[in-house]
Amino acid sequence: MKTSALFIRTPEGIVFSQWLAGPVTRFIAWFIDQLCISVALSILGIALHLLELINWNFAVALNVISYFVISIGYGIFFEWSWRGQTIGKRLLRLRVVDVEGMRLQFNQIVVRNLLRCVDALPAFYFVGGLTCWLSPRCQRLGDLAANTVVVRNPRVAEPDLDQMLAGKYNSLRQYPHLAARLRQRVSVTEADVALQALLRREEFDPAARVELFGKLAGHFRARVEFPDEATDGVADEQYLRNVVDVLYRTHPETRAATGQPQ
Amino acid sequence: MIVDLQRFITAGRPLWAELERMLDRLEAEPDLRMTLPQLQLFHHLYERTAADLAKITTLSSEPETRRYLENLVARAYGEIHETREKRRRFFPVKWFFQTLPQTFRRHVRAFYLSVAITVAGCAFGGLAIAFDPDAKPVLMPFSHLLQDPAKRVAEEEKATQDRLAGFKTTFSVELMTHNTQVSIFTLALGMTWGVGTIIMLFYNGVILGAVAVDYIQAGQTKFLLGWLMPHGVVEIPAILIAGQAGLMLALALIGRGSRASLRTRLREISGDIVTLIFGVGVLLVWAGFVEAFLSQYHEPVIPYEAKIAFGTVELILLSLFLAKSGTNKKADPGNQDQ
Repeated sequence: MKTSALFIRTPEGIVFSQWLAGPVTRFIAWFIDQLCISVALSILGIALHLLELINWNFAVALNVISYFVISIGYGIFFEWSWRGQTIGKRLLRLRVVDVEGMRLQFNQIVVRNLLRCVDALPAFYFVGGLTCWLSPRCQRLGDLAANTVVVRNPRVAEPDLDQMLAGKYNSLRQYPHLAARLRQRVSVTEADVALQALLRREEFDPAARVELFGKLAGHFRARVEFPDEATDGVADEQYLRNVVDVLYRTHPETRAATGQPQ
Repeated sequence: MIVDLQRFITAGRPLWAELERMLDRLEAEPDLRMTLPQLQLFHHLYERTAADLAKITTLSSEPETRRYLENLVARAYGEIHETREKRRRFFPVKWFFQTLPQTFRRHVRAFYLSVAITVAGCAFGGLAIAFDPDAKPVLMPFSHLLQDPAKRVAEEEKATQDRLAGFKTTFSVELMTHNTQVSIFTLALGMTWGVGTIIMLFYNGVILGAVAVDYIQAGQTKFLLGWLMPHGVVEIPAILIAGQAGLMLALALIGRGSRASLRTRLREISGDIVTLIFGVGVLLVWAGFVEAFLSQYHEPVIPYEAKIAFGTVELILLSLFLAKSGTNKKADPGNQDQ
């Protein structure tokens, strides 16, 4: 079964996940790497052109060997030096990791890079792309042989809650124990649905907006029951704002403790 | 479970930061050996952080903290549960004289298979030329091989000018890089369950057999040996070793007779494949030099006997190197196979 994440269960029973990179993102990273290789070869070519004036034979030999070493060694060098990243992968926040979460070994990096010549067949990584698309963990042949996967570490975007919540009074915060229970009971997916609904609120038709926020507010009201004085007179949309505020917004003291920006 | 987020983060932060510092140091210094108290602290921090991750995983809030802890636990997990030997300093001489020949011997059956396929190709190519000389253009895609051997030998022996003058280094490097690319490709095609590797080895054998029979039929055996042996006795085994690595990959994929999972089988041979292909690279560098600087010169410049003798010495040394180098009489790993 194809999955979008690599789940690893430690012997202690802890599960951590890493998001797998898809073929398109990887292709873009590869394209950036090819540009980097081309630039490096062009610069070297200019330098060797000057050397040709002194010794043509040596300069051409050096050019041939440089092309070979750079084109094959680029991926190996960067993935080893930058712990699974090349320039392209770093720009797209991708990283090569061991499929079982172990430390990435030099052998694995060499194998996955040497097998590029088969993955690249017949052109533009068709074999690799097809294998990646069919593979449950989005692995090309080189990854399968080396027991590696490419994961992505997207920057978790912090929504502009201050703008969205407009600093209004949140009656739910008056009940910290219930707010804590709400955080505990609401799943990640549910919280994300509430947040997305608020972020896209202007895109809905008025009737649909009222209906949607009514349903969502009802859902969250059923999750944790707050006293009437906290909910009376609060519109559905405002109730959802309050819920998102409880779920997402961290107190200034907590921000300071985690080192997050204020 | 209800978590007081503020207290949870305030309490956990110093421990996470300490674990992150230790991980950064471990990753920056691959040779670092921790003392027992450091190891105990590292393990304690890992367990605490993993427990914190378990607590926060159930919470919808704090996605950044969760991702941060997941990242820390993932990195620490790799360090703690890794059982493969950590890379220490690389000793090229030890690697070349011990690791490489030992690895070769450990998988010698794959090498024999590689030889058998090439010999079958040689037999096919030789027989094809013997029975149908017109098949030469089909079997040999190189224009300089299509010429009549006797005519070529006469031309080479009459030549008064060095046709490689001012071009030897470039020619040598081109040979090295081309042959290394072919070797890497032969290895990589092991991922086709060995079909691609077998085709490559067989085809190399076909060309070799066809050329050999063509020259022998033309009565140019001495020239053939003098031309091919100086570089061929190293280059051909190098390609065979690349084939060996490709077949190892294929055998690991097929997994016949093994109860280990595919992942385990591939993990077991990964290091050996890399050792072999780097060894192939070293051999091909030597072969490239010899081919450019020696093999292309014939009588009267260099007597054929001298070239054949040189090739024979190389072959003996290479055989001794692969068979005996790095042998430990008490426990020779070469006696084991996959």
